[in-house]
Amino acid sequence: MHKTNCLAMILAGGQGSRLGALTKNIAKPAVPFGGKYRIIDFPLSNCANSGIDKVGVLTQYRPLELHTYLGTGNAWDLDRSNGGVFILPPYARDKGADWYKGTADAIYQNLNFIDMMDPEYVLILSGDHIYTMDYAKMLAVHRANKADATIGVFEVPWDEAPRFGIMNTDAVDGRIIEFEEKPAKPKSNLASMGIYIFNREFLSKYLEDDAAVEGSSHDFGKNIIPAMLADNARLYSYAFEGYWKDVGTIESLWQANMDLLADEPPFSFSSSWTIYSSNPSLPPHYIGPEAKVHNSMLNEGSQILGEVDHSVLFSGVKIGKGAKVTNSVIMPFTKIEENAVVDHAIVAQNCVISAGAVITGDDGAIAVVPEGEVVEAQDEGQQVS
Amino acid sequence: MGIIKLDGANSMLKELCEHRPVASLPIAGRYRVIDFAVSNMVNSGVGNVGVLLSANARSIFDHLRSGKDWDLARHRGGLSYLPTDPYDGQIVSGDLQGLYCNLDYIQHTAADYIIVAQADSIYNLDFRSVLLFHQNTGTDITMVYSRAKDDIPGSAAVMKVTDNGRVTDIAKSMTATKGANDFLGVYLMSKDTFVKVITTSFERGGSDFLMDGIIRHMDEYSIFAYEHKGYVARINSTMAYFNANKDVLNPDIWAEIFMGDNLIHTKTKDAAPVQYKDTARVVNCLVANGCEIRGEVENSILFRDVKIGEGVKIKDSIIMERTVIEDNAMLRNVICDKNVKVTQDQWLKGAENYPLIIAKGTTI
Repeated sequence: MHKTNCLAMILAGGQGSRLGALTKNIAKPAVPFGGKYRIIDFPLSNCANSGIDKVGVLTQYRPLELHTYLGTGNAWDLDRSNGGVFILPPYARDKGADWYKGTADAIYQNLNFIDMMDPEYVLILSGDHIYTMDYAKMLAVHRANKADATIGVFEVPWDEAPRFGIMNTDAVDGRIIEFEEKPAKPKSNLASMGIYIFNREFLSKYLEDDAAVEGSSHDFGKNIIPAMLADNARLYSYAFEGYWKDVGTIESLWQANMDLLADEPPFSFSSSWTIYSSNPSLPPHYIGPEAKVHNSMLNEGSQILGEVDHSVLFSGVKIGKGAKVTNSVIMPFTKIEENAVVDHAIVAQNCVISAGAVITGDDGAIAVVPEGEVVEAQDEGQQVS
Repeated sequence: MGIIKLDGANSMLKELCEHRPVASLPIAGRYRVIDFAVSNMVNSGVGNVGVLLSANARSIFDHLRSGKDWDLARHRGGLSYLPTDPYDGQIVSGDLQGLYCNLDYIQHTAADYIIVAQADSIYNLDFRSVLLFHQNTGTDITMVYSRAKDDIPGSAAVMKVTDNGRVTDIAKSMTATKGANDFLGVYLMSKDTFVKVITTSFERGGSDFLMDGIIRHMDEYSIFAYEHKGYVARINSTMAYFNANKDVLNPDIWAEIFMGDNLIHTKTKDAAPVQYKDTARVVNCLVANGCEIRGEVENSILFRDVKIGEGVKIKDSIIMERTVIEDNAMLRNVICDKNVKVTQDQWLKGAENYPLIIAKGTTI
């Protein structure tokens, strides 16, 4: 692919309200994932690895930590002289200011940025999915089809299809015939992944038209794609095979973390498709003389004196003697003190689970401890999210 | 300005330093020895660091690059490399010539003081407290030492220091005996003094900074010594290297060196978190990112991207980057250099006071 031809725009402004306490202070794309990463590392690394070196990140909800994290884009090798990462929050104009009122409106409000970058294609991504994907291959298919738009689709189990935006396609060439948002009786199980490639002029026209429509939700799924289909535009599907997980809820975020612990993880961490992230200056983690660690992922700067089984631990975590952590996600710099028990839980950053305290959830209801919380021993039976 | 000196070949480090200076020897699971000198400088607010190069410096360039990982890729100051040019057609051994031929550059930096550190030691020290000591005593030269905790074999410089900190004698020795004032290779002096020490000694045929610059001119300068009371390991022999790695398994030393306010920085590599599989049994170990562990490991250091197969038993060993230990192999008192492969069922054993060293890239 021609490197300067495709501009990526990552929608990273959502609150992620279904993640509850975890997104009280930070936007969903900034939520820690997988022992080292944040959710947005996945689309950003995919861009870097696909040879896309111009990336706009649209932010709105609680953007401070996300902005700080993105910085110059250096962590993803995206601090480039000609391109790189561009942070795009809503801004004021001579006639006043507007928040981003929907996914399509967010892109519409940045059409002047797109004009400035002058790309041939625009790749729209969302900042809340865990997957590794070569966008260059998708773009190649888009060009081969001479498509106006190409939508990434993923085969979901039939019984889950009613929860997704479903594409009904021509079985032969993958051309999209119909789009149904959360159909009660799905005709296909190809769900939209929220990944779109548009020809730039084509996209601009539909965004401008949609902006003028009173009462539109200004949403790609609800408004833009149906309008394109109504005009019989050349919309094609691109079927993605591999691991793809929406981590929009506590349970799915927990499950995606647990998926990493499979004997053969969903994507190989040592492969050439590196997931980039910031690398703090912390030493290798220390496993103490009485510690037991199985089926787990651990990051740097941690100190493990107790027991860890089937869990994901971020950097700088301390597990005291006799403490037991199972089936849980422990975010950076949290302390689990002596003899505390944590099971089926997500414990956010900088928490203290005091000596002897017990936090337990179960498969259907993962316990959540919000950032900075100190849980005392008598708090036994901590409220489940 | 800070100047970091690299040691040349060190015969007491054997195979480990055959192709690299001590400064680029991997240590403590993730670092190279030079990281400590560079990080100490940066953490002390030194914004201009010159690295005086030695032979085999390729690994140093590859490691430090622009200095970005130490926050030294800067518009003003930052990292600079100081090569040694021939003088009168030749390069003589010793560090004086390198310092002498870079004096022009050093003189043009804005710094008032020069701090010189040898990249062969592990410690975490804020040089600002050395500067304060230097200013309070009003001395010409301050040298930093630590008290030897034990007899330490290997080349050393031992100092006699009076109660008020004045240095009365310095001698080179092949052992620092227990309790001796073991010089750490760190000097602090004004730029003017530094230039004078270098010019007068080199232009009179000197070659070694410590011997010809300082020891032979002791009566011409006032020299004080600052004691660093924290953890110190000078890497001057295989055993010193082996022991220093074991020392960082002590949680107090690990915390003192790595988890305080002043972090030790190193080249970052984007390795994933460590994967502990069902059959892993790891006890008293330091494990760096990118490892994948299925076997048993005890009292050992695993560097980045090491793979440990099922049924493996490793004890009291150091396994460097990207080494693979295949199923059912057994290692005890072994130092595996980078990219080693130990195939299935191999048993390797060194002695407690004489670890077996497997050279870089070997398949066994």
